[in-house]
Amino acid sequence: MRTLFYVLQKEFTQVFRNKSMLPIIFVMPLVQMLILVFAATNELRQVDLAIVDYDHSYSSREMIAGITGNPFFKVQQNPDNSQDAEALLMQNKIDLALIIPRHFDKNLIINKSAEVQVLVDAINGNAAQLSLGYLSSVIGSYSQKVLVNPIKPEYRQTKNIIIKPSYWFNPQLNYKYYMAPGILVVLITVVGMLLGGMNLVREKELGTIEQINVTPLKKWQFIAGKLLPFLVIGLFDLAFGLLVARIAFNIPVRGSLILLFSLASVYLVLVLSWGLFISTISDTQQQATFVSFFSLIVFIMMSGLFTPVESMPDWAQKLDFINPLFYFVKIMRSVLLKGSNFADIFNEFAALSAFAVSMFGLAIFRYRKTS
Amino acid sequence: MISSEPVITVKNMVKKFGDFVANDNLNFEVYKGEIFGFIGANGAGKTTAIRILCGLSTPTSGEMKVAGFDIYRQTEKIKRNIGYMSQKFSLYEDLTINENIRFYGGIYGMKIADRKARTAEMLERLDLSAYGNRKIGDLPLGWKQKLAFSIAILHNPKIVFLDEPTGGVDPITRRQFWNLIYEAVEKGITVFVTTHYMDEAEYCDRVSIMADGRIVALDTPEKLKKRYDAANMDEVFLKIAR
Repeated sequence: MRTLFYVLQKEFTQVFRNKSMLPIIFVMPLVQMLILVFAATNELRQVDLAIVDYDHSYSSREMIAGITGNPFFKVQQNPDNSQDAEALLMQNKIDLALIIPRHFDKNLIINKSAEVQVLVDAINGNAAQLSLGYLSSVIGSYSQKVLVNPIKPEYRQTKNIIIKPSYWFNPQLNYKYYMAPGILVVLITVVGMLLGGMNLVREKELGTIEQINVTPLKKWQFIAGKLLPFLVIGLFDLAFGLLVARIAFNIPVRGSLILLFSLASVYLVLVLSWGLFISTISDTQQQATFVSFFSLIVFIMMSGLFTPVESMPDWAQKLDFINPLFYFVKIMRSVLLKGSNFADIFNEFAALSAFAVSMFGLAIFRYRKTS
Repeated sequence: MISSEPVITVKNMVKKFGDFVANDNLNFEVYKGEIFGFIGANGAGKTTAIRILCGLSTPTSGEMKVAGFDIYRQTEKIKRNIGYMSQKFSLYEDLTINENIRFYGGIYGMKIADRKARTAEMLERLDLSAYGNRKIGDLPLGWKQKLAFSIAILHNPKIVFLDEPTGGVDPITRRQFWNLIYEAVEKGITVFVTTHYMDEAEYCDRVSIMADGRIVALDTPEKLKKRYDAANMDEVFLKIAR
């Protein structure tokens, strides 16, 4: 134990003497929270559209009025024909084009049903679905109006089923509430995966590790010495990032902070060990950075941070079983937004703990004092 | 003071890197209290051999004992009993002299009072008492080398391995460095040193001359000079190398 004390004393002194450490600790959380949370949004703020009205009727004007009255839609142009609308779509000037055919009004009144065509720029499939969804609901409410206030009373039909949603845990559907906890996870993951590993490889590059390797210092003591300072920094960054998120976005903290930070410690041991493991198999900082970044990107993309895990194919969901971010993103969102307690997230905790212990063991095992 | 008790025994040491044979069947013993020199050109296999004896590298084959312990099975016990100074300066440049000493004293399990006494004595000997709180990175190379040696023997090892310890330092500092080595020997530490400076070979009790991974001659400098009819070790080396 006494030996570990000396190792930690040395590591802490070096880490906090390093002048580039302070900006890393403070600037990174600020940038990530204040820029990424805004950038990483799926919300659609405005849909640009063009409307081609071949009908020029009372009904078509009524429906168009419904669309233009919605702040969400911005009608960029009203071209005369659908070819012009398609050209606008090609030029990225509009996101979708609504084409109202001739006899729209007549069909609506006589046949009780009419069709319109919508051309959607679906390069971003997600945004395409969303904007089409919005447009459909606007048109849908117009058709409701036609049903409720028919031109002739005998067209009145049965009442529709109306859904009244109540959004739990995030009633205003505030996207930042959803993203901020996830970005915080990315923040401490980057700290964990890169700082500890880089520090170890640096000793290899400088050759100071040789001097350590001829001493009777135990392997676990050396690895623990590389892990603990960055565990402290990671927890500090989590606290700092949470504070920024609280001030900037007023994100709710509904669960216990003690629970959150205890779980974060387990998680940090895991990602730090992962980074240290990578550095034990790398000879240079470039190598270690490359491998760490590669695994970071895979973990982040598959974590459910930006895209719902439920919409991934079955095999990808199974792969997430070994993705530390998958568990911790879930934990962060549940504890912060839902106020989940320890029992609610016990499964995630168990998985993280098992991985943390095995990864720490693997890093120690793979660190070789003898080449 | 040199006894006939071997502290290092090497039998048939072989180290291969792929097809390249770095150490080709080395056999020698190092006796307690002597200064044993490994002399040879760059690439002769000196560093490879020293790294194996320190437990930094595994040999391909052979039987070796260091400080009475087997090199394959008792590596950690060997490490308690040796000191090592590598070719490349490897103290922490971003830590002060005192911090480096505290760290290494700490991981060798030295008692605090003991460490403090030895530190004071050592810094005084090196005329560095006033510089304990200086970062090592700010010191001139000669000072760094003397410090590295002093820290390598801080825990009073049985054997100290020095891999080209005087590379790149001026002749005066080299002389001072060798004085430190003699003082360590007086304290009972056995010194295993590699060098390619032939004048330093004269300072050794026995030297082993290496070429292409093999030991081509091993004896006291006097006997080697007599055998090869040479005025100094430089001539001996040139005659053997030819």
